[in-house]
Amino acid sequence: MGTLLTVENLGVVLDNQVIVEDVSFDVEENETLAVIGPNGAGKTTLFRAILGLIPYTGKVNWKKGVKIGYVPQKLYIDRDLPLTVREFFDLRGVGVTSRELSHFLSVVGFEGNEILGKRVGVLSGGEMQRVLIAWALCNHPNVLLFDEPTSGVDVSAEVSIYSLLNKLHNDEKFSIILISHELQIVDRYATKVICLNKNKVCYGAPREVLINKNLSELFGGDISLYHHH
Amino acid sequence: MDINTLILIFVGCFVGAAAGYLGSFMVLKRMSLVGDALSHVALPGMALAIMFHISPMIGAFAALLIAVIAVWYFESTSTIYPEALIGVFFTFSLAIGVLITPQPDLLEALFGNIQNISLLEGLLAIVLSLILIFVTRIISKKMVLGSISKELLESLGVTYKKINFVYLLLVGLVVALGVRFVGTMLMGALVIIPAASAKNVSKSMNAYFILSAIFGIFSALFGSLTGIYLGLSIGPCVVLVSVVIFVLTYLVKGSEARV
Repeated sequence: MGTLLTVENLGVVLDNQVIVEDVSFDVEENETLAVIGPNGAGKTTLFRAILGLIPYTGKVNWKKGVKIGYVPQKLYIDRDLPLTVREFFDLRGVGVTSRELSHFLSVVGFEGNEILGKRVGVLSGGEMQRVLIAWALCNHPNVLLFDEPTSGVDVSAEVSIYSLLNKLHNDEKFSIILISHELQIVDRYATKVICLNKNKVCYGAPREVLINKNLSELFGGDISLYHHH
Repeated sequence: MDINTLILIFVGCFVGAAAGYLGSFMVLKRMSLVGDALSHVALPGMALAIMFHISPMIGAFAALLIAVIAVWYFESTSTIYPEALIGVFFTFSLAIGVLITPQPDLLEALFGNIQNISLLEGLLAIVLSLILIFVTRIISKKMVLGSISKELLESLGVTYKKINFVYLLLVGLVVALGVRFVGTMLMGALVIIPAASAKNVSKSMNAYFILSAIFGIFSALFGSLTGIYLGLSIGPCVVLVSVVIFVLTYLVKGSEARV
């Protein structure tokens, strides 16, 4: 197993404010890394930095030739945006064959191709998330970056998105880096956790990291994770 | 109607198509008001061009180029879009433009005059419109994706800032082409209204683009004809026709929503 991503001493300063400071971690192949932390902790900024979308200091080294699939946080799309799901896939530029598209749609749980004719603005939060996952899968990624997969999604869809992610992870053999609020989910699916609050508060396997001392340092107050043993 | 006028109406249709198509992205980016106000900047440029006896189209484009760079800069450096600042900047140029434009040319610069366009300018406008449409077509997917999510676009390895700059440059060009027809006050309307109308009735991006261009052509064509037959200024007639199209599409949208 090789290392897909190495991050060393990453720092991001935006508008003279330190958003992320001195963060180091790495991601191995076939691993699920969860990034947790309070609002404003710099989680999304960390993502944007490792994707190379914003300037940063320190080192971000991707394995050569790695393909990244990115699933953004909830998109705000006008209800009346004249864009069908099929056209949304076409926006990728490089042609996605109909067969491939059908395959990815079935992977994320859409039966048939009816969804392709719908407008993206009328999709439910859960449907949109699954479309975005399929969109990212079109890149045949080695690693999937997932920003708050379930914000704006109702609870039943939330559960199915995580089980979908887990299934994908097992079937398609790629690494996942995800930002999440749901500690239970992180505990269940992640192989490694990084707690972020500008700088790295804790880092390691969920069982070692998600302990009350770390969590209350991270989120403040009494937060604990109930372990189902 | 003489052959020259006919040719110029024909030219207007090309400019209308290019303006409608380019404007469709402005509406998607929710920058309609900027698109509208941008055209006011052409005025001081045209005024200087008239003073120095060069083509007003070149003067307009030079002024728009500066404005486009300013819009691009603000859009890419601020997290909050500084609409107020752009409003101030654009009305400022309009005021300066009105003051320095020679009085006899003012009305024409503000509201356009199709009769004063030379055939050569007309021909140039057709060629440029076609080039504009062609280049826009090349970047259209990236622009649409960028209007939905810059991150998604950039995750494909495309730099939004670059694409957006090319796009804004194209908008500057199309406005410079159009100010001769409908004037600096109203050219923005020809960029925005056809696209806004098309958005009312389109279910897909393809339909949206095609309708934006078609509504642009309709506005230019029927607006010019109305203006010529009634002996009215053409610019306002073009805009009024586009507004009629907007109202009609809005009603269609409303009736669909009730079904």
